[in-house]
Amino acid sequence: MNKKHVVFKCLKAFLVGLVLLVIYAPILLLAIYSFDKTNMIGRFEGFSLTHYAALFQNSKVLGMIGNTFLLAFLAAILSTILGTVGALGMFYTKKRVKMLIHGASQIPVINAEIVTALSLTVTFVAVGLGRSYFTLLIGHMVICTPFVVLSVMPKLKQMDNSLYEAALDLGASPFKALWKVVLPQIIPGVISGFMLAITLSLDDYIVTMYTRPAGFETISTYVYNATTKGNAHTAVTLASLWALTTIIFVIIVLFVVISNLSSIRKKEASK
Amino acid sequence: MKIPRFSRKTLCIPYAVFLIFFVIVPMLVIFFYAFTDSNMHLSFNNFVKFFSDPTKLSTIVYSLVIALITTVICLVIAYPVAYILARSTMKRKFVILMLFVLPMWINFVLRVNALRELFNLLSSLDGMAWLAGSNYFKTVFGMVYDFLPFMILPLYTTMLKIDPSLYEASADLGASGFATFTRVTIPLSVPGIMSGVTMVALPSMTNYVVSDMLGNAKVTIIGKFISDYFGNDWHMGSMIALILLIVVFVSTWFTGGFKSEENVRGTSL
Repeated sequence: MNKKHVVFKCLKAFLVGLVLLVIYAPILLLAIYSFDKTNMIGRFEGFSLTHYAALFQNSKVLGMIGNTFLLAFLAAILSTILGTVGALGMFYTKKRVKMLIHGASQIPVINAEIVTALSLTVTFVAVGLGRSYFTLLIGHMVICTPFVVLSVMPKLKQMDNSLYEAALDLGASPFKALWKVVLPQIIPGVISGFMLAITLSLDDYIVTMYTRPAGFETISTYVYNATTKGNAHTAVTLASLWALTTIIFVIIVLFVVISNLSSIRKKEASK
Repeated sequence: MKIPRFSRKTLCIPYAVFLIFFVIVPMLVIFFYAFTDSNMHLSFNNFVKFFSDPTKLSTIVYSLVIALITTVICLVIAYPVAYILARSTMKRKFVILMLFVLPMWINFVLRVNALRELFNLLSSLDGMAWLAGSNYFKTVFGMVYDFLPFMILPLYTTMLKIDPSLYEASADLGASGFATFTRVTIPLSVPGIMSGVTMVALPSMTNYVVSDMLGNAKVTIIGKFISDYFGNDWHMGSMIALILLIVVFVSTWFTGGFKSEENVRGTSL
């Protein structure tokens, strides 16, 4: 019995470990070769930081990194405001109206991204808006805002509603009561909605591809074009993309570790 | 004159207007384009053309088969992983779950590119040359690689909600470990399976970035189809998009829709 138990345990650990190994193998491979002198994967010629230097010297690459983050930040801020205000309104409105808005809000969530992208672009072009930074931003807001609503809604349901009434009774204006009493209670949902919006926007390729203005590149569109339509300078650029992948990976790992540590510390402090 | 009192309901107006303009209207526009020809006259030509073209239909079948295989493989890998994690008594199992979710935060295209480089390296090795031409294999592998967390997360959250006393009761009543698994765990995790399957099947029919980057542009899926028509024939593109839209909505209807708490991309984390 006991022996069987141990075998079972090893088997479980092996399975989980194997899946994780496959998941991380490509990323670790790039991380190792990003420090190689040459831009060939397969033979390690010697340690160097050339690819990292190239990454920070290439103005085109730097431009697209800047574009990606600025777009994600703007889209996330706007989506968070729109989504939070929308969720508040939906929470207090009649059930039928709420169901209608919720239904429409779920469309971009379950829809294929290519269908969302196509429908938006056809509409923008048909009404003469064409493709600009504005249409790109709207495109990103369409895919991000419903997720903000989805993460704020549960917090509203958990909220103690009598506090708002109490604030009104004590003379606060409705706006002040929302700002000072309701918002602090739903702020965890707002923050996770914001984070979700950032990641969705950073990750997006398809909507960006169709709604972007001519010549505008993000990391996604740039990498896609560099790998599927080979250019003359591709080999060099691809190697600096390994460096970029590694940097992003390290930032994410650090972020996760730090946020976990701080939440553990908070929990222990509250005990 | 009395100033109308501020009502909290009015806060939903901006979002409602946004949804009407940028979600509802675009859907109607797609519908309009699907059933018109290039002179904007009502026409069912696109519909007929779509269903009478054998190459189109075979592409669709291929795409559906790829999506099916991807979904099944994801389920087969994710189910045991989610089960092990959910039932583990480890103190920090949350960290292991994080390890599965973490790569999702690296840009999607960069991740696929990393896999592409790995495949390039592997196919240069002795005896691995077959890999270079196996476009379908690489596409399915890439899709499983990318969409696996979408399967693990909903399964894990549903399994975590199963009351542990049910396992004890099942054991007390004489069921073997296997019987408990098939008669308690599996039936109670059906909602998780449903949302995992929808979350994997849909992108594997439509996300053509993976098939383009890993399949040497030899693998065409439904999403790529729409994007190809996008360049020259909006009406046909809209028709395919509309068909896809209907498929998605019918299947979501049948699987009971999306539960907000089993949300994608780690909202619940």
